[in-house]
Amino acid sequence: MKLNNVITKIGLKLIVAVGVITIAIISVYSYFNLRAQSNALLTQAEVHANKLSEIIKKSTHSSMLLNKRNEIYAIINTIGKEPSIREIRIFNKKGRIIYSSQKNMIGKMVNKSAESCYVCHTANEPLEKLSINKRVRIYKIHPDSSRILGIINPINNEKSCWDADCHVHPKNKKVLGVLDVTLSLKDVDKQISNSKFRTIIFAISAIIALSILIGFLIRKWVVKPVQELVRATNQVSAGNLNYTIKELGTDELGILARSFNNMTKKLAEARLQLFQSDKMASLGRLAAGVAHEINNPLTGVLTYSSFLLKRVKNNPELQEDLKVIVRETKRSREIVKSLLDFARQSVPKKRNADINEIIKSAIQVVDNQLSIKQIKLETKLEQSLPKITVDANQIQQVFINLIVNAADSIEDKGGVISISSAVISLSPYGIAQIKSAVCPKRHTLMDDQVKIQGMPSVKVKAVSNGNEGFINLDPVYGKHRHNYGIDIQDGKNVQISCPKCNISLIEENVLCPKCSSPVYTFEDPPYGMFEGCANPECNWQRWEAMDKGGQKNYIEIKISDTGKGISKEDLPRIFEPFFSTKGQKGTGLGLAVIWGIIDNHNGTINVESELGKGTTFIIRLPIQSNR
Amino acid sequence: MKEKEKILIIDDEKVILEAVSKIAAAEGWSADSASNAKDALTKIEHNNYSLILCDIMMPEMDGFQLLDELDTKQITIPVIMITGFSTVENAVKSLYKGAIDFIPKPFTFEELTSSISRGLKYREIQDKLNESKNSEESGSVFYVPCPSKYKRLGHISWMNLEYEGVAVIGVSDLYLETIKSITKIELMEIDDLIIQGNSCAKFETDDGLIHNCLAPISGRVIERNEKILSDPTLLEKDPYFEGWLYKIIPSDIEYDIKYLVPCSSDRL
Repeated sequence: MKLNNVITKIGLKLIVAVGVITIAIISVYSYFNLRAQSNALLTQAEVHANKLSEIIKKSTHSSMLLNKRNEIYAIINTIGKEPSIREIRIFNKKGRIIYSSQKNMIGKMVNKSAESCYVCHTANEPLEKLSINKRVRIYKIHPDSSRILGIINPINNEKSCWDADCHVHPKNKKVLGVLDVTLSLKDVDKQISNSKFRTIIFAISAIIALSILIGFLIRKWVVKPVQELVRATNQVSAGNLNYTIKELGTDELGILARSFNNMTKKLAEARLQLFQSDKMASLGRLAAGVAHEINNPLTGVLTYSSFLLKRVKNNPELQEDLKVIVRETKRSREIVKSLLDFARQSVPKKRNADINEIIKSAIQVVDNQLSIKQIKLETKLEQSLPKITVDANQIQQVFINLIVNAADSIEDKGGVISISSAVISLSPYGIAQIKSAVCPKRHTLMDDQVKIQGMPSVKVKAVSNGNEGFINLDPVYGKHRHNYGIDIQDGKNVQISCPKCNISLIEENVLCPKCSSPVYTFEDPPYGMFEGCANPECNWQRWEAMDKGGQKNYIEIKISDTGKGISKEDLPRIFEPFFSTKGQKGTGLGLAVIWGIIDNHNGTINVESELGKGTTFIIRLPIQSNR
Repeated sequence: MKEKEKILIIDDEKVILEAVSKIAAAEGWSADSASNAKDALTKIEHNNYSLILCDIMMPEMDGFQLLDELDTKQITIPVIMITGFSTVENAVKSLYKGAIDFIPKPFTFEELTSSISRGLKYREIQDKLNESKNSEESGSVFYVPCPSKYKRLGHISWMNLEYEGVAVIGVSDLYLETIKSITKIELMEIDDLIIQGNSCAKFETDDGLIHNCLAPISGRVIERNEKILSDPTLLEKDPYFEGWLYKIIPSDIEYDIKYLVPCSSDRL
């Protein structure tokens, strides 16, 4: 099981990590603890040894004064039998062992450079006073044997010595001999190693306990929820969108589970909607196809039967039967017609609607998506907007698409999307758009092939200095982003005509009031005549019907984001079908559809963008004035 | 008796060609047929047709292209469009492009003959108009054009926005000139939905024909002219004012208006 492996790996990693930390902590702690402990034990042993040697010295004192050697032997032997005492010996100044608890050592000489002596005799001149630390030595006879603590105790000359009757010791000698006691540190070593052993046992059991605990908790908190999540994703990928994860608590995985449930719910809704619209679309296509195909044979039946009906006026019996055929064929015709009506449902269904309400319901749809991406949504909606006639569903689709686009451009770094609505009043100049230009012979001049800022342009033929070419005029009144397919040298001498019938579009006896060049004109039904200066260097234009209407009121909706923006090269192309900056993610149809919807509502959509700073889409929908 | 009127029928469906030819012959017209627009164009050049009946959906060259072609060749034979794909847009668009009438398939014998008779009558008026222009006998009026602030659907019906989102619709005088005197008018009921390009009234004339009137815009009927029901001659006397048909609340005026011709353009 792949999953189990992964989870065990997470658990194992945690256990190893915690184990290493535990070992480190326990070893550092034990190291210092053990050191302190063994120091304390040694000091204790030293003190004990020192006291012992003092006791021996004191108890042998009188015997020494009286030179009762047997007594001294007895005392040393008795004390030396104590199990912890390894050897007690006394040697004189010359290094000869005078007394020892081990009889075979008596009379032997001690090497002065040997362990017990070098402390005092390093400088050859023996020291006379030594601190307890310096008098102690710890050594091993063999590497395997237990440690030995030795303590020397110099026997100083004192008055009673030189005053004694034996007169063995002269007064000027400071040290008369040395008492050397060696103790086995077996017990101390045993205690220390016991302590070490206990510490290791403690560390191991702590690690085992922690590992079990971690393993158990990971199982409870990670493995089970993840297993449940994997089961859920498997269910969803198998197509079961109704699967929901049961309560998984409030931790991160619980949040993930809730977000997962929410996602599947939304997916299910979207799939249903998609399914529905797909079904409607294919049904519509089917209906339209059937209607079209069935109409021809039906026409045959209907024309012939109604024709026959007319010819058999003098045969009432036949007439009755034919009437039935005609009636029933007419009924079939109605059925076909209703099928076609159904197929036409995609035609906008406009009604009076409040744009703010549409914005709010669009936000509701995408709210979740935004909060997951940590995008802040700011709305500044003007209260009491006038209601306008729109297809609320289509307009909502526009807002949803634009908000989703904005969210996509923000990516994962978080940002702000702001939506505002307001009533604005604009003069038609620079706003009004030519949508159905025709020549006097009613040929359309609109060119869907060449679009200026996404809007079909007005195509006219121009002749200048014998050169012939086409000009695509900007359809927006007062904007002059024309496309010249011909180089016009002399603006005062240009012929402009209809590309289809060559009828001149130049107004007779009218010259441009600005530069006295010829003026071209065409009709934009139903909005009257449009006039403009033929000279490319002049920007005079007049659209009387529009100007007469005065300032027009629009509802302006702005949707801005703080996303990555659109480059200057891409900006003019974004409304083109199949143009996408999202790569594989998009079809490139979204903005084209949006443009179509807004255009269908006689509105305009514009975009402003700066790379790295964000993008603003500005939609203006006209408020219908009551005529 | 003058020469038989020649009619050209263009359709890619054989049964339609045969049926229409047969009916035309029975009604005393001579009928010619073409199964595609290219053939039709050569036939038009070599014959003198009074009327053309043309399908919209055809392979290669469709009805709209044929209309454009006739326009560039300055052929003024009236064209009646026929189509199986009877969407409102097709009907209205063909009228905007210069067709004089529109018959949705499938049609009955009566619908076909009434439309053809209107077309032939239209041709007659057109001829008279040209004649009077040539003889410089200007001043003779054959029909009254609609008032300039009105908008019209082809030469069939007109609409005018009256006040506060209410539109008045009616029949154009040229249409009335193409039919005989009306004996009976059949109107829709109040609250009915009128759809642009669909029939909104039926006129029965003394020659026994029933003529459908196509609505210029869509909307809901709020008032109908009861006066013309009792006195059909009122319609003929004053088609643009007293002889209105309905007052309606337009459902999508901005959209419908796209293919309407402003009557002001008639007075150039």
